[in-house]
Amino acid sequence: MQIFLPIAEVSVNAFTLLGIGGIVGVLSGMFGVGGGFLITPLLFFVGIPPAVAVATSANQIVASSVSGVLAHFKRKTVDLKMGLVLLGGGLVGSAIGIQIFNMLKAMGQVDLLVTLCYVVFLGIIGFLMLIESIRAIKRAKGRPGGRPERKKHLWVHNLPLKMKFRASGLYISAIPPIAVGMMVGMLGAVMGVGGGFIMVPAMIYLLGMPTKVVIGTSLFQIIFTAGFTTLLHAYTNHTVDVLLAFLLLVGGVIGAQIGTQIGLKMKAEQLRIWLALLVLAVCLKLGFDLLLPPKELYSLGA
Amino acid sequence: MMTRVFALLFALLMLPGAGRAEEVVAALSQSRISITANFDGSEILIFGAVKRNQPTPEGEPLDVIITVAGPEKVETIRRKDRRFGIWINVEAQVIGHTPTFYTVTSTRELADILPPLTDSLWKITADKRILPGMRGLPAREALIRLRKADDLYRTREGVVTLSEDTLFQTSITLPSNIVEGGYTTRIFLLRGGEVIDSYGTTINVQKVGIERWLYNLAYQHALIYGVMALAIAGLFGWGASEAFRILRR
Repeated sequence: MQIFLPIAEVSVNAFTLLGIGGIVGVLSGMFGVGGGFLITPLLFFVGIPPAVAVATSANQIVASSVSGVLAHFKRKTVDLKMGLVLLGGGLVGSAIGIQIFNMLKAMGQVDLLVTLCYVVFLGIIGFLMLIESIRAIKRAKGRPGGRPERKKHLWVHNLPLKMKFRASGLYISAIPPIAVGMMVGMLGAVMGVGGGFIMVPAMIYLLGMPTKVVIGTSLFQIIFTAGFTTLLHAYTNHTVDVLLAFLLLVGGVIGAQIGTQIGLKMKAEQLRIWLALLVLAVCLKLGFDLLLPPKELYSLGA
Repeated sequence: MMTRVFALLFALLMLPGAGRAEEVVAALSQSRISITANFDGSEILIFGAVKRNQPTPEGEPLDVIITVAGPEKVETIRRKDRRFGIWINVEAQVIGHTPTFYTVTSTRELADILPPLTDSLWKITADKRILPGMRGLPAREALIRLRKADDLYRTREGVVTLSEDTLFQTSITLPSNIVEGGYTTRIFLLRGGEVIDSYGTTINVQKVGIERWLYNLAYQHALIYGVMALAIAGLFGWGASEAFRILRR
């Protein structure tokens, strides 16, 4: 069934869009990532103009994150206090990121920067996560029921402004979460994604939060960052396609529910390995596209 | 003296019986195309007849060429090159008004019926119609190549049917990723490599219904549109979560 999208101004098969939404929704529920880093390239692939794809996927991320976070709320796997602290930094970061984005757009190099950001960040994060989770699995196998791992005392624990995050079982300074939120908000705005794939590892490895709480909290935070991004794109660039978003989110919300169920049944280490592999796959694909000589050297674009 | 002779000759050529022995009378199956939610391209039937006030001339056969040009747009074309080992856009060029869609259809092979001079004069083929002054420039060639690859610039030879040297007809398919605006349709009547008559009309392509409404809202009330988009997203997320909770019971 073909459907004409009013803002994208192309006709696309409705079931293809439902499918894309569904796949990304499953991943979103499983890993607590918004899925923006997957949905945007997939939309390019079916012929949606890049500007519309970026803006509209932000809107779809809002829906799948709301759906996912509600499931996590019920299981009490959301650290609200941490989420709000992260969000505070996140909104400031988004505002800065959009300024950077517009500056680069004026210079005509925004595509390159976005791709490089993807390759660098996905590469680093994917690689670190993969190594860490393989090590964790080896440890678990080597010493079945061994001693619980001692909490490491990092430099971040010595900063002032200490706060208690009960759900995460942490007593740390508010400065690192605010900084993480800002960083992710900034990158999210530049890369046109919610930033979950950066947020999740940052929460685990930088803040030392338990994996189960990380996903719900990340989703909670993403709702607002992605919402802010959607509003900004709709207001300044008129590139949010409601009809496209609608089809994606119908598939997405269903997928997110399925994904959340899968995620709860899987072991945390397994979950991390799969996320790491997925992140690395996207990174390699984008990296190769930069290195291989393109078939067509010219491209048309606004 | 000479100028007067030329003026007389010219006047003679312009007389109805001499210069315009054959005229084209044409119509379209529709002069307005509405883009609705399930719009998936459109086919327009173009048909017409050759009106004569003289018997059909002997000798050179009659041919018909029909062109349809979409709304014009200024495009930015970018060139990639290898810098520091990676392929990046190194050059951007703004290219003046070019039609977003251009199709040429004819009764026979264009090479047989359309000499280059006539082509240049009437700007019929894409090569003569699309920025002919920039011919040979890589950016212009790339633009035509890219549009051809997207099937936006086409040449269909031999698809116009001409019967009894009088009635002609063809159908033009407009793509689904169509741009709103006026589509200029030109019909040329040729004999012996000369255009003996031409006819022009416009097809209007417009979004209607929900498509029109959403488009206008997005551009004229962007903030309301944005809030609406968020509300839909939030509602759906919540709705799905509730629906699944009920289902699982």
